Amino acid sequence: MNRETYQLGKELDSFNHQQVQDDILAILEKGSNVLIDMTACHYISSIGLRVLLYSKKVAATKGLKVYLTGIGSEVKDIMDVTGFSGFFDYA
Amino acid sequence: MHRVDLFPTHEYEGLKLRPGRPYPFGAMVLGNMVNFSVYSRYATDCTLVLFHNREEKPFVEIPFFKEFRMGNVFSMIIFDLDYENIEYGFRMDGPFQPEEGHRFDKSKILLDPYAKLIVGRDVWGKEPNWDSLYQYRARVVFSDFDWEDDLPLETPVNDLIVYEMHVRNFTCGAASGVKHQGTFAGVIEKIPYLKELGVNCVELMPIHEFDEFENHRISPVDGRPLYNLWGYSNVGFFAPKAAYASSGRFAMQVDELKNMVKQLHKNGIEVMLDVVFNHTAEGNEQGPYISYRGIDNKTYYMLTPDGYYYNFSGCGNTLNCNNPNVRDMIVESLRYWVTDYHIDGFRFDLAAILGRDQNGNPMSNPPLLESLAHDPILGKTKLIAEAWDAGGLYQVGSFPSWGRWAEWNGKFRDSMRRFLKSDEGVLADVKERIIGSPDLYASQGRGIKASVNFITAHDGFTMMDLVSYNSKHNEANGEDNRDGENHNNSWNCGWEGETDDPDINSLRHRQVKNAITMLMVSQGIPMVLSGDEIGNSQQGNNNAYCQDNEIAWLDWNNLEKNADIFRYFKQIIHFRRQHKVLRYDEHLCHQDYLGLGYPDFSWHGVRAWQPESGYNNLTVAFMLNGQYAATDGVPDDFIYVAMNMHWEMHGFELPQLPEGMAWHVFANTGMPSPDDIFEPGEEPLTENQHEVLLGPRSIMILVGKKVKK
Repeated sequence: MNRETYQLGKELDSFNHQQVQDDILAILEKGSNVLIDMTACHYISSIGLRVLLYSKKVAATKGLKVYLTGIGSEVKDIMDVTGFSGFFDYA
Repeated sequence: MHRVDLFPTHEYEGLKLRPGRPYPFGAMVLGNMVNFSVYSRYATDCTLVLFHNREEKPFVEIPFFKEFRMGNVFSMIIFDLDYENIEYGFRMDGPFQPEEGHRFDKSKILLDPYAKLIVGRDVWGKEPNWDSLYQYRARVVFSDFDWEDDLPLETPVNDLIVYEMHVRNFTCGAASGVKHQGTFAGVIEKIPYLKELGVNCVELMPIHEFDEFENHRISPVDGRPLYNLWGYSNVGFFAPKAAYASSGRFAMQVDELKNMVKQLHKNGIEVMLDVVFNHTAEGNEQGPYISYRGIDNKTYYMLTPDGYYYNFSGCGNTLNCNNPNVRDMIVESLRYWVTDYHIDGFRFDLAAILGRDQNGNPMSNPPLLESLAHDPILGKTKLIAEAWDAGGLYQVGSFPSWGRWAEWNGKFRDSMRRFLKSDEGVLADVKERIIGSPDLYASQGRGIKASVNFITAHDGFTMMDLVSYNSKHNEANGEDNRDGENHNNSWNCGWEGETDDPDINSLRHRQVKNAITMLMVSQGIPMVLSGDEIGNSQQGNNNAYCQDNEIAWLDWNNLEKNADIFRYFKQIIHFRRQHKVLRYDEHLCHQDYLGLGYPDFSWHGVRAWQPESGYNNLTVAFMLNGQYAATDGVPDDFIYVAMNMHWEMHGFELPQLPEGMAWHVFANTGMPSPDDIFEPGEEPLTENQHEVLLGPRSIMILVGKKVKK
């Protein structure tokens, strides 16, 4: 399976969301699935969650998938209580 | 094609601006712009104050230039704002003339009345900085959420079984077993429990932002901190309570609440909000400036001719609900909760106030209530009134409804409580309540669906306390037991408060089962108080609005301790859901109008077909004919209910069933568990088909159906 890994930094919020979004979309543009490695990420804001979900929805329009991996417990908790964790595939 | 009006026209301290869109009010993200709009009829000047998140001092204060004003609205667009990292407020200039109704003070920074996200009280009970100039801080919400295929459920109102719940009290107790105690996420964790219980609607006590520190004090009795736990005191009508979200510390309460609604909907459970549009948290003349009094005091509040606050709410001020602009705000708030949060219905606290004019006089056709009854977006939203207020207006049975409004039926509570404690003077009234209160709701053609029946609610005793206390015990509230209802129609079964006496405890359990039975076999929308199903006690406190501790929190240890009560609740709720004949939406005819051999409904006494036969007005029986309540052509069963609130045993002669059918016993509160109630559909045959013996203070439910071969 054609899959490219994207390493997320420590935080995903309004300060870097545009860059992260652009980077992920660029991978999808190449026709590749994306594995977002969240091992380093310990904070994700409301905008950050939307970057991930938007990426997944763009991927779906291209028949591609966005996978998440390495999610820390605090980030996972936020994704769970806001309902975002249910939208993703995990690797 | 690109719009030509999306370019900055002004610049102020490095920020690019242009005149905003006056409507809608509040803050709204539009691409790379944020539109801010605020209405004030009497303000002379307005400034937008921007902070970086959680900073004490603003980084910029932008005046609304002359060209940013239209009519009485100030609006501006700011370009390229990092909106996730700003908090905003307004300074309003104008006259300070309290006797004229004006209280403008430009030294105050004011919350947007339309704020969709409010921070400042993000973690429950965390002491705020009282010196902060701006306490309740508005943030901008990018109002998207992936609802997938979710919509309000539109469950027929007569099919509802409402569960009145306080988000924090529900799971804060140590034994709740949830990870996210006292939060929206905690409610999600308890969905399997709610499904097992069988309720299909949760009515949440206020979840609009409020300040738990309002009137914060230490109890002089036990030294514990007292909070505004219930939250009947709004800070904002568009924002969820941050501290009810486990993610509130990250300001993610909007997403967490929406997710809770979505998950409840997935499980067939509607969400109703208890909304408090009768007053705000700003109190009386001595109260703080939060928003409305500084934005436009004379618009938002009902004022006496010399500028004092009317107090029909008992909370210091009264929202000026029938001012056209306030009316619009209320309608907009409700529309917002339906469109953005998929809320299924609203219960309006002290709703009689919503029908008072700007001088406080009751109106015959209040425009606000009419607007809500006819609103297109709220077209299928449940509207339920608490049809009284603290100013003495009592409108149970007469609340202006336009066929749309249901009511909390306070008379159901009062009559059933009196019957439960064997009051001999109440049977005639009880009979009206059992058949959906036609004395209150038939004449206006409102039907049974107008009656929300309850025996207990957050105000007053829990069901277990109703059978354990003769008097309220509110000393811990620190008001010398003066607060709370004095007329509880309660009976302690022989001992005030907790006891080890097995006979008294057995009687209390029986009385709790009697009470829930009365509720579940009566026509109308039943509402259960959260915790009653496990025999929750508040130690006799009938006004636990400030007890953020084990007095008000559900004690989940009771689930095991009172397992028989939970089992009884669960079975009788499922029984009601199985039997359409218990859930009519229109009133009964008491006639055999289809020529089926039996009327749709009939009263009986200790002798069949003789309703007058009985003892001291403490016995009554009735029969529902399931042939009148068919589902897809399949008739429901016959249901016969005998109630004996006498302290002695009585025999009840049973009406004869059609050929081939026989009586089966579903419930008998006089029997010890597990023989007090059976699985719906698995009821054993009644031994004697002609007469049943019913023990003291007991209720029996029989099902008439074909005998299984």
